[in-house]
Amino acid sequence: MPDPNWQPRIVAFFCNWCTYTAADLAGVSRLKYAPNALVIRLMCSGRVDPQFILDALAKGADGVLIGGCHLGDCHYVEGNYKTVRRFEMLQRLLRDLGIEERRVRLEWISASEGERVKTVINEMVEQVRALGPLRLPQRQEEWDREMTPLAEPAGQSPLAPQRAAAEVAHA
Amino acid sequence: MNTNQKNGEVRIGFYICHCGHNIAGMVDCPAVAQYAAKLPGVVVSRDYKYMCSDPGQELIQQDIREHQLNRVVVASCSPLLHEHTFRNAVAAGGLNPFYFQMVNIREHDSWVTADRGQATAKAKSLAHAAIRRVRFHRALETTRAPIHPDVLVVGGGISGIHAALTVANAGKKVFLVERNPSIGGHMAQFDKTFPTLDCAACILTPKMSAVRSHENITLWTYSEVVKVSGYVGNYTVTVRRRPRYVNEELCVGCLECITACVFKEPKFADEFNVGLSKRKPIYIPFAQAVPPVVVIDPERCLQVRTGKCKKTCLEACADRHAIDFAQKEELVEIKVGNIIIATGFKLFDAKRLPQYGYGRYPNVLTAIEVERYVNSSGPTAGEIVLRDGRHPKSVGFILCVGSRDMKTNRWCSRTCCMHSMKLAQLVREHTDADVTVFYMDIRAPGKGYEEFYDKSLAEGIQFVRGRVAEVTDWALSPEEEGKLVMRVEDTLAGFVRRVPVDMIVLAAGMEPQADSQDVRRLFNMSCGTEGWFLEKHPKLAPVSTFTDGVFIAGCCQGPKDIPDSVAQAGAAAAEAMALIDKGYIEQEPNTAYIVEADCCGCKSCLPLCPYTAITFEETKQKAQINQALCKGCGTCVAACPSGSIKQNLFEDEEIFSEIEGVLNYA
Repeated sequence: MPDPNWQPRIVAFFCNWCTYTAADLAGVSRLKYAPNALVIRLMCSGRVDPQFILDALAKGADGVLIGGCHLGDCHYVEGNYKTVRRFEMLQRLLRDLGIEERRVRLEWISASEGERVKTVINEMVEQVRALGPLRLPQRQEEWDREMTPLAEPAGQSPLAPQRAAAEVAHA
Repeated sequence: MNTNQKNGEVRIGFYICHCGHNIAGMVDCPAVAQYAAKLPGVVVSRDYKYMCSDPGQELIQQDIREHQLNRVVVASCSPLLHEHTFRNAVAAGGLNPFYFQMVNIREHDSWVTADRGQATAKAKSLAHAAIRRVRFHRALETTRAPIHPDVLVVGGGISGIHAALTVANAGKKVFLVERNPSIGGHMAQFDKTFPTLDCAACILTPKMSAVRSHENITLWTYSEVVKVSGYVGNYTVTVRRRPRYVNEELCVGCLECITACVFKEPKFADEFNVGLSKRKPIYIPFAQAVPPVVVIDPERCLQVRTGKCKKTCLEACADRHAIDFAQKEELVEIKVGNIIIATGFKLFDAKRLPQYGYGRYPNVLTAIEVERYVNSSGPTAGEIVLRDGRHPKSVGFILCVGSRDMKTNRWCSRTCCMHSMKLAQLVREHTDADVTVFYMDIRAPGKGYEEFYDKSLAEGIQFVRGRVAEVTDWALSPEEEGKLVMRVEDTLAGFVRRVPVDMIVLAAGMEPQADSQDVRRLFNMSCGTEGWFLEKHPKLAPVSTFTDGVFIAGCCQGPKDIPDSVAQAGAAAAEAMALIDKGYIEQEPNTAYIVEADCCGCKSCLPLCPYTAITFEETKQKAQINQALCKGCGTCVAACPSGSIKQNLFEDEEIFSEIEGVLNYA
């Protein structure tokens, strides 16, 4: 049963020049939005290593949001184009890992779009809330528990004889 | 260097700012401080009313000395606002300024969260992340790059002119680039200026001539910036100089070529008089144009278009040889340290509001057309006439045309109330016609502006509050016959009126230039959703942009009148000069570098860098990053498969610890 007190946790990687500034503008404009997104500032969305996203999910995030300048507006000319390519690749990887694609979102929010920060974060929180907790750290523990018997010396594991046979056949 | 700068035992000082009520009103600051005090490595944890104040900064310095702190975390406002302040405080305490991390709990938390418990929890997560991250910080040095002392000013309206003159008067070299054949901009088209009613030409033309004769200004009209590269202090700019087919050095502005042109009569719409008069293919934009030289319209001139013309203009210019049909477009590259953008606005196209009949009824005019009629060097030499030559007996002004309107533009164009009242006074002066102004609100917020409104009332100009619904020539009574009838709800009297007049003036509002998006990209600026260029801070950095060394002045930032435009131009010039006179810029040490031992020489990073800062050293089979060219985006860092590229201030360990920190604060 899902925990009734569960709140989605979203890690947001915002580029310094557009989306982080837009989030500042949302603040200055006193727009109220869900407190679930925690922002990590980077100079450019191009700095977002797919590992950061996987790491965030592995450490317990329920979703990851990446915010950058609109295509063509990148402060570093074309960093966000690299972000798109990595993002597409990562989405495929997430599919293979059985993680819903909607948990990871890429958004272009320019420095003047404070209102959009609010909309995107609220939308994303609701989307992730509908998907439920990802629980990757807990699931990893569960997988580890399932795998422990397999790692034990041959003979004790029910699968061991078959595996040994397969190895012989392969040789 | 202080002994506590070694990466040995980490001793963190954590400070949370109340920011008066701004943060403390929504975040339980003492609770966050107590929570932080228990985190590993934290030696001091305090909450304080205003961390950015002198006593707040002193607190940090004192703790660094007393508690041998070697890391500092401040949770307060956005790092874009005060990161510099606190880095300086840390440095004043004897620590390397980069042993500092800032947590944004105002813009990103207290101001945007509605629940105190949630806001406090969020502040704790963010603080936790910073405390984990700061552990991995290293001592870094800022690098200094020299500043090229020349300045580029884009746009030759009153803002560009004033900015260029201010910088040039300080002894710096200025390039002033203007798209049109003459500088002067919109102001040159005005007859008088509010609220003093001094003649626009009388105050503008001396400044225009000063630009031309100034030894420090290189004036390029009929030219456009096409490419910008580099960064603050070191911009390389390519300017396209369109051929005017007239040598600016040789032409003396005698205008004999215009008389001699094979087109005996002026045939083409004159841009300066907004189409109210005609010009020839060879023309001078207006009498006081700067530079005072003629220009050939390539789309109209027979010689340029077809190569078949008697070239009577050449004969007229025989002894000066100023006309040169062999002129070609030229691309000129210049180096400048700072750029001031003053590209101005365009007027709202009144045809977009068909209910006012502009373009359909000949006696519906825009304010700028009336401005040209009033001007003694205008198409009618200062007479206000209807299209059939009669003088109007009654004139109605419609305000907020294309302003304060959800269907067109939401913003107030700020000048139309005053501009219309000025024209109303001039119309009365020139014609004695009855003048009625239809307004929603009269906005006269400036020095002497309210008095100007009073003067308008005293002069018998009528004001009716109500947005005009429709302009029609359908007469319902004999007195409406042959007139334009305005249907309007008089919201003060509380009934719908029909007001017949001879002439209607539409106070068309201001809009961003049609190519503002292209210009924004060219100079790497941001735009608001409307298309006005975005200032770095609406109050405290009104002429700066997010790109260092690029400043904005005048109406390209938003609608404003002449005094405000000039004030901004002066401010932009001062900002540029502050950078130039300092002589160097300090660059944030957030560049990427390669750990050579780990580089596998795969060359994945090479094509990623837009600044070609990464090169491949064939002998070593390793990539190298030129620190002077690197801008610190980190794109190559994210791509390196062997993890050999690192970015100062944004190292992998720092970000991973931040991720872990935001997720596991409890």
